[in-house]
Amino acid sequence: MEAVTSSAVPEPSPRSDDETWVVIPLYNEADVIGDVIRGLRESFRNVVCVDDGSTDGSASVASEAGALVVRHPINLGQGAALQTGIEYALSQPTCRYIVTFDADGQHRVEDALAMVDHAREDDLAIVFGSRFLDDRTRPGWMKRVMLKTVVVVTNLTTGTRLTDAHNGLRVIRRDAAEKVHLRQDRMAHATEIVLQLNRTGLPWAEHPVELLYTDYSKAKGQSMLNSVNILVDLLVN
Amino acid sequence: MWIQIILILAIVAIGFIFMRRSGSDRHLAIQRLLLGAFILVAVLSVLFPGWLSWLARLVGVGRGTDLLLYAFVIVFAAFVVTQRRRAVAQDAKITQLARRIALLEASMDPGPAVVSDSSDEDQSQAVIRHNEAEPSRSTSSNPG
Repeated sequence: MEAVTSSAVPEPSPRSDDETWVVIPLYNEADVIGDVIRGLRESFRNVVCVDDGSTDGSASVASEAGALVVRHPINLGQGAALQTGIEYALSQPTCRYIVTFDADGQHRVEDALAMVDHAREDDLAIVFGSRFLDDRTRPGWMKRVMLKTVVVVTNLTTGTRLTDAHNGLRVIRRDAAEKVHLRQDRMAHATEIVLQLNRTGLPWAEHPVELLYTDYSKAKGQSMLNSVNILVDLLVN
Repeated sequence: MWIQIILILAIVAIGFIFMRRSGSDRHLAIQRLLLGAFILVAVLSVLFPGWLSWLARLVGVGRGTDLLLYAFVIVFAAFVVTQRRRAVAQDAKITQLARRIALLEASMDPGPAVVSDSSDEDQSQAVIRHNEAEPSRSTSSNPG
């Protein structure tokens, strides 16, 4: 807890800092991943893509765009990729903050930067992105109902009070990230990570973010059937 | 009816086995005992076919074949449950293994040049093969 005073000293947040690692689980997003990484690299020096056995050349696109690529030899699922990325970032001695970021271009780099600043300034171990804290993001009503259901169930099962769940944009400080051990390889990891981070008892906050619902992300997004899977996974495990 | 009680008990037992953490010598011992019982019952029903019908009527099932069917359903459900649990455990192991490989590979070659690696390897191997070929040629030419 002595770190509170030292890191609370307001340093001019460096725009290209060494102590932040962006972790992107990557699976077959060759069309967009290059732009996503180039956008991130303007502000973040360290971008790690965990290629989860993509078959469309996503990995080479990512490495050409300047990301460091860690390759799963086989497809394991997004949760497994996230865990691999977190472990890779933790293996870097300089890493102090981990930003988890989606590969499909839904997230804004500005939000990620603001969240890291938020974590630094308020000495937070975890900052969750939330699309429901302001009205910038306008999901369709079906998606809103589905997301809100998952939020309610997540809060019931994890004992947290979040306004958003399954938002891939998070900032996790090193001490919190070391306590994350995702075992749900598939989509339920988004709840598992909330549960494990909540158990650390470390200070956390939510930060308003905007999700860009592009045609691309809409086409790729989770179907309603997948939310059935998520709910069953949550209730059974 | 007795059969209902027996079937329900069996289903609940399978459910409990499914919930429990897997694997020890005890588990194996139970498996072997069940297998032994199965062999005994199978041999007995071949020797005394009427015995199965007697047992069926005792637990409230009309025919011996119906009893066999019920027993088969129960055993099959148990099989599915154990196989699924084994698959889940195996998936977890594969995940750990693949993650270790991925992290090892990443630690071996840092930097974004991931794609061109394989061609370099081929070239170095070709060089080695070339070096090996030369001395063998020279030795064979000496006696001739």
